[in-house]
Amino acid sequence: MVKVLIPSGALGIGFDPDAFAAGCARQPDIIAIDGGSTDSGPHYLGTGTSKYSRSTVKAEWQLLMKAQAELQVPLLIGTAGTCGADAAVDWMLEITREIATEMGRVFRIAALYSGQDPTAIAANSLTPLAPKIPLTQDDLLSMTNVVALAGAEQIQAALASGADIVIAGRATDTAVIAALPLAKGCHPGACWHGAKIGECGALATTNPTSGSILIEFNQHGFVVEPMAKGAKATPRTVSAHMLYENADPHMLYEPGGYLDVSEAKYEALDDHRVRVTGSHWRPSDNYTVKLEGARHAGFQTVSMVQIRDAHYVANIEQWIESISSTCLPMIEQQTKGAYRVDFRLVGANATLGPLENKKPQSHEIAVLCLITAETQDLANEVAKLLNPYLLHHPLTKDEPLPTFAFPYSPPETPRGAIYEFALNHVMTLNEPMEAFRLEILDVGP
Amino acid sequence: MSTLLPHIEKVRSKNAGPFWLTIDIFCTTTNGFHLVKKALATVDIAGLLGTPTEHVKRFDLENLNVIKISIPRPAIQGTIEDRDMHGAATAVLIEEWLAIQ
Repeated sequence: MVKVLIPSGALGIGFDPDAFAAGCARQPDIIAIDGGSTDSGPHYLGTGTSKYSRSTVKAEWQLLMKAQAELQVPLLIGTAGTCGADAAVDWMLEITREIATEMGRVFRIAALYSGQDPTAIAANSLTPLAPKIPLTQDDLLSMTNVVALAGAEQIQAALASGADIVIAGRATDTAVIAALPLAKGCHPGACWHGAKIGECGALATTNPTSGSILIEFNQHGFVVEPMAKGAKATPRTVSAHMLYENADPHMLYEPGGYLDVSEAKYEALDDHRVRVTGSHWRPSDNYTVKLEGARHAGFQTVSMVQIRDAHYVANIEQWIESISSTCLPMIEQQTKGAYRVDFRLVGANATLGPLENKKPQSHEIAVLCLITAETQDLANEVAKLLNPYLLHHPLTKDEPLPTFAFPYSPPETPRGAIYEFALNHVMTLNEPMEAFRLEILDVGP
Repeated sequence: MSTLLPHIEKVRSKNAGPFWLTIDIFCTTTNGFHLVKKALATVDIAGLLGTPTEHVKRFDLENLNVIKISIPRPAIQGTIEDRDMHGAATAVLIEEWLAIQ
Protein backbone atom coordinates (compact mmCIF):
# COMPACT_ATOMS: atom_id res chain seq x y z
CA MET A 1 0.00 0.00 0.00
CA VAL A 2 1.21 3.51 -0.82
CA LYS A 3 -0.22 6.63 0.86
CA VAL A 4 0.06 9.92 -0.99
CA LEU A 5 -0.68 13.12 0.92
CA ILE A 6 -1.78 16.00 -1.31
CA PRO A 7 -1.71 19.26 0.69
CA SER A 8 -3.82 21.24 -1.81
CA GLY A 9 -4.70 21.65 -5.47
CA ALA A 10 -1.76 23.96 -6.11
CA LEU A 11 1.06 25.45 -4.10
CA GLY A 12 0.14 29.06 -3.39
CA ILE A 13 -3.64 28.83 -3.16
CA GLY A 14 -3.76 28.02 0.54
CA PHE A 15 -4.79 25.02 2.60
CA ASP A 16 -6.03 24.25 6.08
CA PRO A 17 -2.87 23.65 8.19
CA ASP A 18 -4.81 21.40 10.59
CA ALA A 19 -5.97 19.22 7.70
CA PHE A 20 -2.39 19.02 6.44
CA ALA A 21 -1.13 18.11 9.93
CA ALA A 22 -3.78 15.38 10.14
CA GLY A 23 -2.45 14.05 6.84
CA CYS A 24 1.13 14.04 8.16
CA ALA A 25 -0.02 12.11 11.23
CA ARG A 26 -1.11 9.33 8.89
CA GLN A 27 2.53 8.68 7.93
CA PRO A 28 2.23 9.19 4.18
CA ASP A 29 4.85 7.70 1.86
CA ILE A 30 5.16 10.93 -0.09
CA ILE A 31 3.84 14.50 -0.09
CA ALA A 32 2.93 15.54 -3.62
CA ILE A 33 1.58 18.85 -4.83
CA ASP A 34 0.89 20.51 -8.13
CA GLY A 35 2.44 23.89 -8.88
CA GLY A 36 0.28 25.04 -11.77
CA SER A 37 -1.19 24.37 -15.20
CA THR A 38 -2.16 26.29 -18.30
CA ASP A 39 -5.41 27.31 -16.65
CA SER A 40 -4.28 30.79 -15.67
CA GLY A 41 -3.53 31.75 -19.25
CA PRO A 42 -0.55 32.06 -21.61
CA HIS A 43 1.24 34.89 -19.81
CA TYR A 44 2.97 32.56 -17.35
CA LEU A 45 4.39 30.12 -19.89
CA GLY A 46 5.16 33.02 -22.22
CA THR A 47 7.26 34.73 -19.55
CA GLY A 48 8.34 31.69 -17.52
CA THR A 49 6.91 33.22 -14.34
CA SER A 50 4.58 32.26 -11.50
CA LYS A 51 1.01 33.41 -11.01
CA TYR A 52 1.10 33.05 -7.24
CA SER A 53 2.77 35.47 -4.88
CA ARG A 54 6.31 34.53 -3.94
CA SER A 55 5.68 35.15 -0.25
CA THR A 56 2.65 32.84 -0.19
CA VAL A 57 4.47 30.13 -2.12
CA LYS A 58 7.39 30.43 0.27
CA ALA A 59 5.20 30.30 3.39
CA GLU A 60 3.37 27.20 2.17
CA TRP A 61 6.51 25.48 0.88
CA GLN A 62 8.16 26.07 4.25
CA LEU A 63 5.36 24.11 5.96
CA LEU A 64 5.83 21.29 3.47
CA MET A 65 9.62 21.27 3.82
CA LYS A 66 9.29 21.08 7.62
CA ALA A 67 6.94 18.12 7.22
CA GLN A 68 9.46 16.49 4.86
CA ALA A 69 12.22 16.91 7.42
CA GLU A 70 10.07 15.42 10.17
CA LEU A 71 8.56 12.53 8.23
CA GLN A 72 11.66 11.80 6.12
CA VAL A 73 9.55 11.05 3.04
CA PRO A 74 9.97 12.68 -0.37
CA LEU A 75 8.32 16.04 -1.05
CA LEU A 76 7.42 16.53 -4.68
CA ILE A 77 6.11 19.46 -6.68
CA GLY A 78 5.16 19.27 -10.35
CA THR A 79 4.71 22.15 -12.80
CA ALA A 80 6.70 24.38 -10.46
CA GLY A 81 6.02 28.11 -10.68
CA THR A 82 2.64 27.85 -12.48
CA CYS A 83 4.02 27.09 -15.94
CA GLY A 84 6.84 24.60 -15.28
CA ALA A 85 9.30 26.37 -17.59
CA ASP A 86 12.98 26.04 -16.69
CA ALA A 87 13.05 29.57 -15.26
CA ALA A 88 10.10 28.69 -13.01
CA VAL A 89 11.92 25.58 -11.73
CA ASP A 90 14.92 27.80 -10.91
CA TRP A 91 12.59 30.26 -9.14
CA MET A 92 11.23 27.43 -7.00
CA LEU A 93 14.76 26.19 -6.38
CA GLU A 94 15.79 29.62 -5.14
CA ILE A 95 12.85 29.70 -2.70
CA THR A 96 13.80 26.21 -1.52
CA ARG A 97 17.40 27.28 -1.01
CA GLU A 98 16.31 30.29 1.11
CA ILE A 99 14.09 28.14 3.31
CA ALA A 100 16.78 25.46 3.73
CA THR A 101 19.26 28.11 4.83
CA GLU A 102 16.73 29.63 7.25
CA MET A 103 16.01 26.16 8.65
CA GLY A 104 19.74 25.43 8.96
CA ARG A 105 19.25 22.12 7.24
CA VAL A 106 20.66 20.56 4.07
CA PHE A 107 18.17 19.11 1.60
CA ARG A 108 19.01 17.00 -1.42
CA ILE A 109 17.08 18.30 -4.41
CA ALA A 110 16.27 16.66 -7.71
CA ALA A 111 15.36 19.32 -10.27
CA LEU A 112 13.59 17.95 -13.31
CA TYR A 113 13.63 20.32 -16.27
CA SER A 114 10.94 20.06 -18.96
CA GLY A 115 12.01 22.98 -21.16
CA GLN A 116 12.59 22.23 -24.83
CA ASP A 117 14.88 23.91 -27.32
CA PRO A 118 12.60 24.88 -30.23
CA THR A 119 15.57 24.85 -32.63
CA ALA A 120 16.08 21.15 -31.86
CA ILE A 121 12.48 20.17 -32.73
CA ALA A 122 11.32 19.56 -36.30
CA ALA A 123 7.79 20.92 -36.59
CA ASN A 124 6.86 18.16 -39.02
CA SER A 125 7.92 15.46 -36.55
CA LEU A 126 5.18 16.48 -34.12
CA THR A 127 1.70 15.00 -34.14
CA PRO A 128 -1.13 17.55 -33.86
CA LEU A 129 -3.97 16.93 -31.43
CA ALA A 130 -7.55 18.05 -32.02
CA PRO A 131 -8.37 20.86 -32.56
CA LYS A 132 -5.52 21.09 -35.05
CA ILE A 133 -3.40 24.23 -34.90
CA PRO A 134 -1.17 24.98 -37.87
CA LEU A 135 2.51 24.83 -36.99
CA THR A 136 5.48 25.81 -39.11
CA GLN A 137 9.15 25.71 -38.17
CA ASP A 138 9.03 29.51 -37.89
CA ASP A 139 6.08 29.23 -35.50
CA LEU A 140 8.15 26.95 -33.29
CA LEU A 141 11.11 29.32 -33.36
CA SER A 142 8.86 32.24 -32.38
CA MET A 143 7.96 30.65 -29.05
CA THR A 144 9.46 32.08 -25.88
CA ASN A 145 8.97 28.83 -23.96
CA VAL A 146 8.24 25.29 -25.03
CA VAL A 147 7.76 22.62 -22.37
CA ALA A 148 7.04 18.91 -22.53
CA LEU A 149 4.69 17.41 -19.96
CA ALA A 150 6.57 14.84 -17.91
CA GLY A 151 4.79 11.64 -17.03
CA ALA A 152 5.33 9.10 -14.28
CA GLU A 153 8.61 7.80 -15.74
CA GLN A 154 10.48 11.10 -15.46
CA ILE A 155 9.14 11.76 -11.96
CA GLN A 156 10.19 8.24 -10.97
CA ALA A 157 13.69 8.92 -12.30
CA ALA A 158 13.83 12.01 -10.08
CA LEU A 159 12.55 10.06 -7.04
CA ALA A 160 15.04 7.25 -7.71
CA SER A 161 17.88 9.71 -7.07
CA GLY A 162 16.96 9.50 -3.39
CA ALA A 163 16.34 13.24 -3.21
CA ASP A 164 14.45 14.72 -0.25
CA ILE A 165 12.66 17.12 -2.55
CA VAL A 166 11.77 16.86 -6.23
CA ILE A 167 11.13 20.13 -8.03
CA ALA A 168 9.69 19.19 -11.39
CA GLY A 169 9.03 21.48 -14.29
CA ARG A 170 5.95 20.95 -16.43
CA ALA A 171 4.42 17.56 -15.69
CA THR A 172 0.92 16.22 -16.01
CA ASP A 173 -1.13 17.03 -12.90
CA THR A 174 -1.58 13.32 -12.35
CA ALA A 175 2.03 12.14 -12.83
CA VAL A 176 3.26 13.70 -9.59
CA ILE A 177 0.71 11.69 -7.62
CA ALA A 178 0.81 8.47 -9.67
CA ALA A 179 4.61 8.13 -9.92
CA LEU A 180 5.41 6.57 -6.53
CA PRO A 181 2.46 4.15 -6.26
CA LEU A 182 3.19 3.01 -9.83
CA ALA A 183 6.86 2.46 -8.96
CA LYS A 184 5.79 0.41 -5.92
CA GLY A 185 3.65 -1.87 -8.05
CA CYS A 186 0.15 -0.62 -7.20
CA HIS A 187 -2.67 -1.17 -9.71
CA PRO A 188 -1.78 1.05 -12.71
CA GLY A 189 -5.39 2.02 -13.50
CA ALA A 190 -5.94 2.89 -9.85
CA CYS A 191 -2.72 4.91 -9.71
CA TRP A 192 -3.73 7.16 -12.59
CA HIS A 193 -7.37 7.40 -11.61
CA GLY A 194 -6.56 8.19 -7.99
CA ALA A 195 -4.08 10.77 -9.19
CA LYS A 196 -6.74 12.46 -11.29
CA ILE A 197 -9.12 12.51 -8.32
CA GLY A 198 -6.42 13.95 -6.05
CA GLU A 199 -4.85 16.47 -8.42
CA CYS A 200 -6.95 19.38 -7.14
CA GLY A 201 -6.62 18.36 -3.49
CA ALA A 202 -9.89 18.47 -1.59
CA LEU A 203 -11.86 19.69 -4.61
CA ALA A 204 -13.13 16.11 -4.90
CA THR A 205 -14.71 16.40 -1.42
CA THR A 206 -17.42 18.39 0.33
CA ASN A 207 -14.87 20.91 1.65
CA PRO A 208 -12.81 22.01 -1.37
CA THR A 209 -10.96 24.90 0.31
CA SER A 210 -9.53 22.70 3.09
CA GLY A 211 -7.01 21.46 0.53
CA SER A 212 -5.53 18.33 2.03
CA ILE A 213 -6.54 14.88 0.91
CA LEU A 214 -4.97 11.44 1.41
CA ILE A 215 -5.10 8.76 -1.25
CA GLU A 216 -4.21 5.17 -0.43
CA PHE A 217 -3.27 3.00 -3.40
CA ASN A 218 -2.97 -0.78 -3.44
CA GLN A 219 -3.03 -3.71 -5.90
CA HIS A 220 -6.79 -3.45 -6.43
CA GLY A 221 -7.83 0.18 -6.31
CA PHE A 222 -7.58 3.33 -4.25
CA VAL A 223 -9.30 5.02 -1.31
CA VAL A 224 -9.93 8.78 -1.12
CA GLU A 225 -10.02 10.41 2.29
CA PRO A 226 -10.23 14.16 3.01
CA MET A 227 -8.07 15.32 5.91
CA ALA A 228 -10.14 18.28 7.13
CA LYS A 229 -12.47 17.71 10.06
CA GLY A 230 -16.02 17.21 8.83
CA ALA A 231 -15.01 17.01 5.14
CA LYS A 232 -16.47 14.09 3.25
CA ALA A 233 -15.60 12.25 0.08
CA THR A 234 -18.72 10.67 -1.40
CA PRO A 235 -19.12 8.57 -4.55
CA ARG A 236 -20.72 11.68 -6.06
CA THR A 237 -17.95 14.17 -5.19
CA VAL A 238 -15.27 11.71 -6.28
CA SER A 239 -16.83 10.60 -9.55
CA ALA A 240 -17.69 14.22 -10.41
CA HIS A 241 -14.03 15.17 -10.19
CA MET A 242 -13.16 12.78 -13.03
CA LEU A 243 -15.18 15.16 -15.23
CA TYR A 244 -13.35 18.25 -14.05
CA GLU A 245 -11.27 20.06 -16.66
CA ASN A 246 -11.36 16.92 -18.77
CA ALA A 247 -13.02 16.92 -22.20
CA ASP A 248 -13.68 13.18 -22.13
CA PRO A 249 -15.27 11.71 -18.99
CA HIS A 250 -13.95 8.19 -19.58
CA MET A 251 -10.41 8.71 -20.78
CA LEU A 252 -7.36 10.64 -19.74
CA TYR A 253 -4.29 10.62 -21.98
CA GLU A 254 -0.91 10.43 -20.30
CA PRO A 255 2.61 9.81 -21.57
CA GLY A 256 2.73 6.12 -22.52
CA GLY A 257 -0.97 5.36 -22.57
CA TYR A 258 -4.35 6.38 -21.29
CA LEU A 259 -6.56 5.90 -18.28
CA ASP A 260 -9.93 4.28 -18.94
CA VAL A 261 -12.52 4.73 -16.17
CA SER A 262 -15.56 3.52 -18.08
CA GLU A 263 -15.86 0.50 -15.76
CA ALA A 264 -14.84 2.21 -12.52
CA LYS A 265 -16.88 1.55 -9.38
CA TYR A 266 -17.20 4.16 -6.65
CA GLU A 267 -18.17 2.80 -3.28
CA ALA A 268 -18.65 4.59 0.06
CA LEU A 269 -16.49 2.91 2.71
CA ASP A 270 -18.12 4.99 5.45
CA ASP A 271 -19.48 8.53 5.68
CA HIS A 272 -16.29 10.21 4.48
CA ARG A 273 -14.15 7.74 2.49
CA VAL A 274 -14.65 6.35 -1.00
CA ARG A 275 -13.06 3.26 -2.54
CA VAL A 276 -12.63 3.11 -6.31
CA THR A 277 -11.93 -0.05 -8.28
CA GLY A 278 -12.27 -1.15 -11.90
CA SER A 279 -10.12 1.57 -13.53
CA HIS A 280 -7.84 0.48 -16.37
CA TRP A 281 -4.53 1.67 -17.72
CA ARG A 282 -4.21 1.13 -21.48
CA PRO A 283 -0.57 1.34 -22.56
CA SER A 284 0.18 2.77 -26.01
CA ASP A 285 2.69 1.47 -28.56
CA ASN A 286 4.63 4.73 -28.70
CA TYR A 287 5.80 6.85 -25.81
CA THR A 288 4.56 10.36 -26.48
CA VAL A 289 4.66 13.54 -24.42
CA LYS A 290 2.43 16.55 -24.93
CA LEU A 291 4.05 19.87 -25.69
CA GLU A 292 2.95 23.32 -24.63
CA GLY A 293 4.32 26.47 -26.15
CA ALA A 294 3.61 30.16 -25.85
CA ARG A 295 4.66 32.93 -28.14
CA HIS A 296 4.65 36.67 -28.12
CA ALA A 297 1.43 38.07 -29.59
CA GLY A 298 2.10 41.79 -29.56
CA PHE A 299 1.81 44.50 -26.94
CA GLN A 300 -1.34 45.75 -25.33
CA THR A 301 -2.61 48.98 -23.82
CA VAL A 302 -6.03 49.18 -22.18
CA SER A 303 -8.36 52.11 -21.51
CA MET A 304 -11.69 52.11 -19.79
CA VAL A 305 -14.43 54.74 -19.91
CA GLN A 306 -17.63 54.67 -17.86
CA ILE A 307 -20.92 55.70 -19.40
CA ARG A 308 -23.74 56.77 -17.05
CA ASP A 309 -25.80 59.03 -19.36
CA ALA A 310 -29.05 57.07 -19.98
CA HIS A 311 -29.22 58.15 -23.62
CA TYR A 312 -25.73 56.81 -24.30
CA VAL A 313 -26.23 53.67 -22.24
CA ALA A 314 -29.34 52.89 -24.29
CA ASN A 315 -27.45 53.45 -27.56
CA ILE A 316 -24.07 52.08 -26.58
CA GLU A 317 -23.72 49.74 -29.56
CA GLN A 318 -24.43 52.61 -31.92
CA TRP A 319 -21.90 54.79 -30.10
CA ILE A 320 -19.19 52.18 -30.49
CA GLU A 321 -20.16 51.70 -34.13
CA SER A 322 -19.86 55.45 -34.68
CA ILE A 323 -16.41 55.57 -33.06
CA SER A 324 -15.33 52.59 -35.14
CA SER A 325 -16.52 54.03 -38.44
CA THR A 326 -15.57 57.69 -37.99
CA CYS A 327 -12.76 57.95 -35.41
CA LEU A 328 -10.70 54.81 -35.97
CA PRO A 329 -10.02 55.67 -39.65
CA MET A 330 -8.68 59.07 -38.54
CA ILE A 331 -6.39 57.34 -36.04
CA GLU A 332 -5.22 55.02 -38.77
CA GLN A 333 -4.12 57.96 -40.88
CA GLN A 334 -2.03 59.33 -38.03
CA THR A 335 -0.17 56.09 -37.22
CA LYS A 336 2.20 53.66 -38.87
CA GLY A 337 2.21 49.96 -38.06
CA ALA A 338 -0.17 47.12 -37.33
CA TYR A 339 -2.64 47.32 -34.47
CA ARG A 340 -6.20 46.42 -33.60
CA VAL A 341 -8.79 47.91 -31.28
CA ASP A 342 -11.36 45.75 -29.48
CA PHE A 343 -14.23 47.25 -27.49
CA ARG A 344 -15.75 45.24 -24.63
CA LEU A 345 -19.06 46.49 -23.24
CA VAL A 346 -18.94 45.71 -19.53
CA GLY A 347 -22.54 45.60 -18.34
CA ALA A 348 -23.82 44.49 -21.73
CA ASN A 349 -21.95 41.57 -23.32
CA ALA A 350 -18.28 41.76 -22.32
CA THR A 351 -18.21 38.18 -21.04
CA LEU A 352 -20.11 36.27 -23.71
CA GLY A 353 -19.80 38.56 -26.73
CA PRO A 354 -21.95 37.42 -29.67
CA LEU A 355 -23.31 34.51 -27.61
CA GLU A 356 -24.97 36.85 -25.11
CA ASN A 357 -28.75 36.55 -25.47
CA LYS A 358 -29.89 38.97 -22.76
CA LYS A 359 -30.57 42.66 -23.30
CA PRO A 360 -28.50 44.87 -21.00
CA GLN A 361 -30.46 46.20 -18.03
CA SER A 362 -27.70 48.15 -16.39
CA HIS A 363 -27.93 51.92 -15.86
CA GLU A 364 -24.23 52.22 -16.57
CA ILE A 365 -21.84 50.56 -18.97
CA ALA A 366 -18.07 50.52 -19.01
CA VAL A 367 -16.30 50.37 -22.32
CA LEU A 368 -13.06 48.46 -21.98
CA CYS A 369 -10.80 49.22 -24.94
CA LEU A 370 -8.07 46.71 -25.75
CA ILE A 371 -5.45 48.08 -28.09
CA THR A 372 -3.04 45.46 -29.37
CA ALA A 373 -0.11 46.54 -31.52
CA GLU A 374 3.23 45.36 -32.80
CA THR A 375 5.06 47.67 -30.38
CA GLN A 376 4.19 49.05 -26.96
CA ASP A 377 4.79 52.58 -28.23
CA LEU A 378 2.24 52.12 -30.98
CA ALA A 379 -0.32 50.61 -28.59
CA ASN A 380 0.17 53.58 -26.25
CA GLU A 381 -0.04 56.05 -29.14
CA VAL A 382 -3.29 54.58 -30.46
CA ALA A 383 -4.75 54.63 -26.94
CA LYS A 384 -3.84 58.32 -26.60
CA LEU A 385 -5.36 59.10 -29.99
CA LEU A 386 -8.52 57.25 -29.03
CA ASN A 387 -8.86 59.04 -25.70
CA PRO A 388 -10.50 62.31 -26.91
CA TYR A 389 -13.24 60.28 -28.61
CA LEU A 390 -13.87 58.17 -25.55
CA LEU A 391 -14.14 61.40 -23.57
CA HIS A 392 -16.34 63.48 -25.91
CA HIS A 393 -17.67 61.60 -28.93
CA PRO A 394 -21.31 62.60 -29.61
CA LEU A 395 -23.80 60.03 -30.84
CA THR A 396 -24.97 62.34 -33.63
CA LYS A 397 -23.83 65.72 -34.94
CA ASP A 398 -26.86 67.42 -33.40
CA GLU A 399 -26.08 66.40 -29.83
CA PRO A 400 -24.48 68.71 -27.32
CA LEU A 401 -20.89 67.63 -26.65
CA PRO A 402 -20.99 64.86 -24.05
CA THR A 403 -18.29 64.12 -21.48
CA PHE A 404 -17.79 60.67 -20.00
CA ALA A 405 -16.21 59.36 -16.83
CA PHE A 406 -12.67 58.05 -16.55
CA PRO A 407 -11.85 56.30 -13.30
CA TYR A 408 -8.15 57.24 -13.16
CA SER A 409 -5.36 59.24 -14.72
CA PRO A 410 -3.70 58.53 -17.05
CA PRO A 411 -6.58 56.67 -18.65
CA GLU A 412 -4.29 54.36 -20.64
CA THR A 413 -2.57 51.43 -18.97
CA PRO A 414 0.20 49.65 -20.86
CA ARG A 415 -0.05 45.88 -20.28
CA GLY A 416 3.28 45.02 -21.84
CA ALA A 417 3.90 42.01 -24.03
CA ILE A 418 1.05 39.58 -24.42
CA TYR A 419 1.36 35.90 -25.27
CA GLU A 420 -0.67 33.13 -26.80
CA PHE A 421 -0.65 29.34 -26.59
CA ALA A 422 0.49 28.04 -29.94
CA LEU A 423 1.17 24.32 -29.55
CA ASN A 424 -1.32 21.48 -29.26
CA HIS A 425 0.94 18.64 -30.28
CA VAL A 426 2.61 15.51 -28.99
CA MET A 427 6.20 14.45 -29.48
CA THR A 428 7.25 10.80 -29.74
CA LEU A 429 10.27 9.83 -27.63
CA ASN A 430 12.59 6.83 -27.92
CA GLU A 431 12.92 6.75 -24.17
CA PRO A 432 11.17 8.87 -21.50
CA MET A 433 14.19 10.91 -20.31
CA GLU A 434 15.18 11.89 -23.85
CA ALA A 435 13.44 15.27 -23.64
CA PHE A 436 14.06 15.97 -19.94
CA ARG A 437 17.02 16.94 -17.82
CA LEU A 438 17.61 15.89 -14.23
CA GLU A 439 19.96 17.74 -11.86
CA ILE A 440 20.77 16.65 -8.33
CA LEU A 441 22.07 19.22 -5.87
CA ASP A 442 22.26 19.92 -2.15
CA VAL A 443 20.90 23.18 -0.78
CA GLY A 444 21.15 24.69 2.70
CA PRO A 445 23.77 26.10 5.02
CA MET B 1 -42.26 28.02 -13.91
CA SER B 2 -39.48 25.89 -15.34
CA THR B 3 -40.14 22.18 -15.37
CA LEU B 4 -36.45 21.32 -15.70
CA LEU B 5 -34.72 23.59 -13.22
CA PRO B 6 -35.78 21.58 -10.14
CA HIS B 7 -33.91 18.62 -11.64
CA ILE B 8 -30.65 20.52 -12.00
CA GLU B 9 -28.15 20.46 -9.15
CA LYS B 10 -25.49 22.50 -10.88
CA VAL B 11 -24.18 23.49 -14.29
CA ARG B 12 -20.48 24.31 -14.52
CA SER B 13 -18.10 25.07 -17.34
CA LYS B 14 -14.32 25.17 -17.43
CA ASN B 15 -11.33 24.97 -19.70
CA ALA B 16 -10.13 21.48 -20.46
CA GLY B 17 -6.70 22.73 -21.47
CA PRO B 18 -6.27 25.89 -23.58
CA PHE B 19 -8.10 24.47 -26.59
CA TRP B 20 -11.23 22.84 -25.16
CA LEU B 21 -14.18 23.92 -23.11
CA THR B 22 -16.21 21.44 -21.11
CA ILE B 23 -19.63 21.83 -19.50
CA ASP B 24 -21.05 19.48 -16.88
CA ILE B 25 -24.78 19.40 -16.15
CA PHE B 26 -25.37 17.67 -12.82
CA CYS B 27 -28.93 16.38 -12.44
CA THR B 28 -30.45 15.60 -9.06
CA THR B 29 -32.01 12.21 -9.87
CA THR B 30 -32.08 9.53 -12.57
CA ASN B 31 -35.56 10.68 -13.50
CA GLY B 32 -34.35 14.29 -13.78
CA PHE B 33 -31.37 13.17 -15.83
CA HIS B 34 -33.69 11.52 -18.37
CA LEU B 35 -35.94 14.57 -18.55
CA VAL B 36 -33.01 16.90 -19.14
CA LYS B 37 -31.39 14.49 -21.59
CA LYS B 38 -34.59 14.36 -23.63
CA ALA B 39 -35.21 18.10 -23.58
CA LEU B 40 -31.68 19.21 -24.40
CA ALA B 41 -31.00 18.42 -28.05
CA THR B 42 -27.42 18.60 -29.26
CA VAL B 43 -28.52 21.07 -31.92
CA ASP B 44 -29.81 23.40 -29.17
CA ILE B 45 -26.48 23.16 -27.40
CA ALA B 46 -24.67 24.01 -30.61
CA GLY B 47 -26.94 27.02 -31.13
CA LEU B 48 -26.40 28.33 -27.61
CA LEU B 49 -22.65 27.88 -27.80
CA GLY B 50 -22.35 29.21 -31.35
CA THR B 51 -20.55 26.16 -32.62
CA PRO B 52 -21.34 23.68 -35.43
CA THR B 53 -23.32 20.67 -34.17
CA GLU B 54 -20.63 18.29 -35.40
CA HIS B 55 -18.11 19.94 -33.04
CA VAL B 56 -20.22 19.18 -29.98
CA LYS B 57 -18.99 16.13 -28.07
CA ARG B 58 -21.76 14.98 -25.81
CA PHE B 59 -21.69 12.33 -23.10
CA ASP B 60 -24.91 11.28 -21.38
CA LEU B 61 -23.60 9.67 -18.21
CA GLU B 62 -26.52 7.85 -16.72
CA ASN B 63 -24.54 6.29 -13.86
CA LEU B 64 -23.60 9.80 -12.67
CA ASN B 65 -26.81 11.63 -13.71
CA VAL B 66 -24.56 13.99 -15.62
CA ILE B 67 -24.64 15.33 -19.16
CA LYS B 68 -21.19 16.39 -20.26
CA ILE B 69 -20.61 18.63 -23.25
CA SER B 70 -17.18 19.41 -24.71
CA ILE B 71 -16.42 21.76 -27.58
CA PRO B 72 -13.25 23.19 -29.09
CA ARG B 73 -12.86 26.58 -27.42
CA PRO B 74 -14.53 29.30 -29.55
CA ALA B 75 -11.38 31.38 -28.99
CA ILE B 76 -8.18 29.73 -27.80
CA GLN B 77 -7.65 30.55 -24.14
CA GLY B 78 -5.93 33.88 -23.59
CA THR B 79 -5.90 35.06 -27.20
CA ILE B 80 -7.01 38.62 -27.95
CA GLU B 81 -10.45 37.32 -28.91
CA ASP B 82 -10.91 35.36 -25.68
CA ARG B 83 -13.27 36.96 -23.17
CA ASP B 84 -13.23 34.43 -20.36
CA MET B 85 -9.83 33.06 -19.31
CA HIS B 86 -11.18 30.03 -17.44
CA GLY B 87 -14.22 29.36 -19.60
CA ALA B 88 -16.36 29.53 -16.48
CA ALA B 89 -19.14 31.80 -17.76
CA THR B 90 -20.35 29.59 -20.61
CA ALA B 91 -22.31 27.47 -18.13
CA VAL B 92 -24.91 30.24 -17.71
CA LEU B 93 -26.00 29.88 -21.34
CA ILE B 94 -26.99 26.27 -20.72
CA GLU B 95 -28.37 26.90 -17.26
CA GLU B 96 -30.54 29.82 -18.38
CA TRP B 97 -31.84 27.83 -21.34
CA LEU B 98 -32.79 24.95 -19.04
CA ALA B 99 -34.51 27.45 -16.73
CA ILE B 100 -37.00 28.47 -19.42
CA GLN B 101 -37.92 24.94 -20.53
